[in-house]
Amino acid sequence: MDSFIQFFNNEANLLLIYLLLFTVLLGFEVISKVPTVLHTPLMSGANAISGVVIIGAILLIRQSAPDDYLTLSLGFLGVVLGMVNVAGGFAVTDRMLEMFKKKKN
Amino acid sequence: MTVEFLINLAYLVGSLAFVWGLRLLSSPDTARRGNIVAGAGMIIAIIAAIAQPMEGADNNYGWIIGAIVLGAIIGLVSARRVQMTAMPQMVSIFNGLGGACAVVLAYAELFPFYGGSTALDTAGLGIVMLALLIGGISFTGSMLAFAKLQGLIWDNTLLLPKHNILNIVLLIVTLGLGIYLTVTGQPAGLTLGTIFMVLALVYGFSFVIPIGGADMPVVISLLNSLTGLSAAVTGLIYGSQFMLVGGILVGAAGTILTVLMCDAMNRSLTNVLIGGFGGGGGGGKGADGDQVAKEVTLNDAAIQLFYSNSAIIVPGYGLAVAQAQKVCKEVDELLEANGVDVRYAIHPVAGRMPGHMNVLLAEADVPYPKLLDLDEANDALKNTDMVVIVGANDVVNPAAEDDPSSPIHGMPVLKVWDAKNIIVLKRSMRPGYAGIQNPLFFHEKTRMLFGDAKDSLSKLAGEIKNL
Repeated sequence: MDSFIQFFNNEANLLLIYLLLFTVLLGFEVISKVPTVLHTPLMSGANAISGVVIIGAILLIRQSAPDDYLTLSLGFLGVVLGMVNVAGGFAVTDRMLEMFKKKKN
Repeated sequence: MTVEFLINLAYLVGSLAFVWGLRLLSSPDTARRGNIVAGAGMIIAIIAAIAQPMEGADNNYGWIIGAIVLGAIIGLVSARRVQMTAMPQMVSIFNGLGGACAVVLAYAELFPFYGGSTALDTAGLGIVMLALLIGGISFTGSMLAFAKLQGLIWDNTLLLPKHNILNIVLLIVTLGLGIYLTVTGQPAGLTLGTIFMVLALVYGFSFVIPIGGADMPVVISLLNSLTGLSAAVTGLIYGSQFMLVGGILVGAAGTILTVLMCDAMNRSLTNVLIGGFGGGGGGGKGADGDQVAKEVTLNDAAIQLFYSNSAIIVPGYGLAVAQAQKVCKEVDELLEANGVDVRYAIHPVAGRMPGHMNVLLAEADVPYPKLLDLDEANDALKNTDMVVIVGANDVVNPAAEDDPSSPIHGMPVLKVWDAKNIIVLKRSMRPGYAGIQNPLFFHEKTRMLFGDAKDSLSKLAGEIKNL
């Protein structure tokens, strides 16, 4: 319990907890009224955003020693996976949304 | 103006772009712009991650650029090539890759930690374990979802006896090991850490095994949410608020969709995960074998439709399987030309992912104001002459309303029987995913038109042209 209280009272951690809570609320608020029409694009667009892990993979490679091939390979793999998710996700969402047109009848 | 200031500003702008982009994504008129805004936010953040000053870092820019180029090419090419009917599979794969990336990053933390070159406190270690767990589940879960959607694996092929109990045991063992590793710290060793990762991967695979068919929209939404969470947790490892914000937003979007999908089936998430429909049920009053469905000829169907005032088309997974969206639109145009008011009734769980039918019809250039959601459709059906059901089954089952013994009783359905006439395009009398006989097919207003949806619709279009 003590270590938990210590963790909580640390100012940096506390700010992180604030950020976490407010982002959760903001996320629900922003997305809560999405119409059925857009369920798939919302999902695939959000999916592309989950590619933010690529940031971590880039930082991992940058921190690695140039001869630490294990870390470099893992980082490389991470960036490739993340980038497929990001580029593919945004591109496929755009392709879908291009088709959602309102026509005058 | 220091470099550091610019970098921090870039991450802040990137986060705001995500929020703003998602906001725009929730309205059809602005959705495309929203996607571009969110994408721009991502590009800004990637540049910031490459440029941000790091003391004593070796950078290894060659590796980074190489990986980015390779990933971008793979992503863009597959995004361009994929067919709209295969969209659920594509979304599942992309989703799984995000989870895989989180696993790789978390696992990379374990080597220096157990090797003794870095230190992590209990909280830090717990975060790494959480990233392994959530990322692992979302990775293998998404891959299995892909295989199922692609038809590579039949829904029940891998089901073991007492699978749900096995899953619970597996989850408890995995969580227990994760907690043990977190508390024990470095002495636990890399081997146990690796076993933990493998367990998480196996669990992700195993928990999707019993779920299939019409429950797919729920599980895809849930996996989407998990990938977001794994990204957020990985952000904690790197102390990146940007990753935290991005991941949490995705988690929220996935959670909302999961809840919406469950509501649309009137089932709890637990019920879906444990596979509530099960093999056992399936009864209900509608299953009487002596009832006979009445058929309709193509010519009669064409005449009825052509001279009606209003028609509502109810698409289902069968439309996607038969790739019949374009010929469906052709029939729509022919009828509209004769003054028939044609609209579409979309059930929230029609198809295999949230909004699946909307994407297919958009591909066929059906303007979205013609698509009615559940409530709008049920209002409109009361004043509709003709209903054409194309490859949908459980979402138009009257047993959900009036048969308390039916497994889907209580699920909100499209009340097509409120319309004057119903034509059902169906391959055979085989029951739908839920394995439940559909009394609608024996309803006095219903006429059946057997055959492949695409084939039947194009013949129907031919008949209408000849009128």
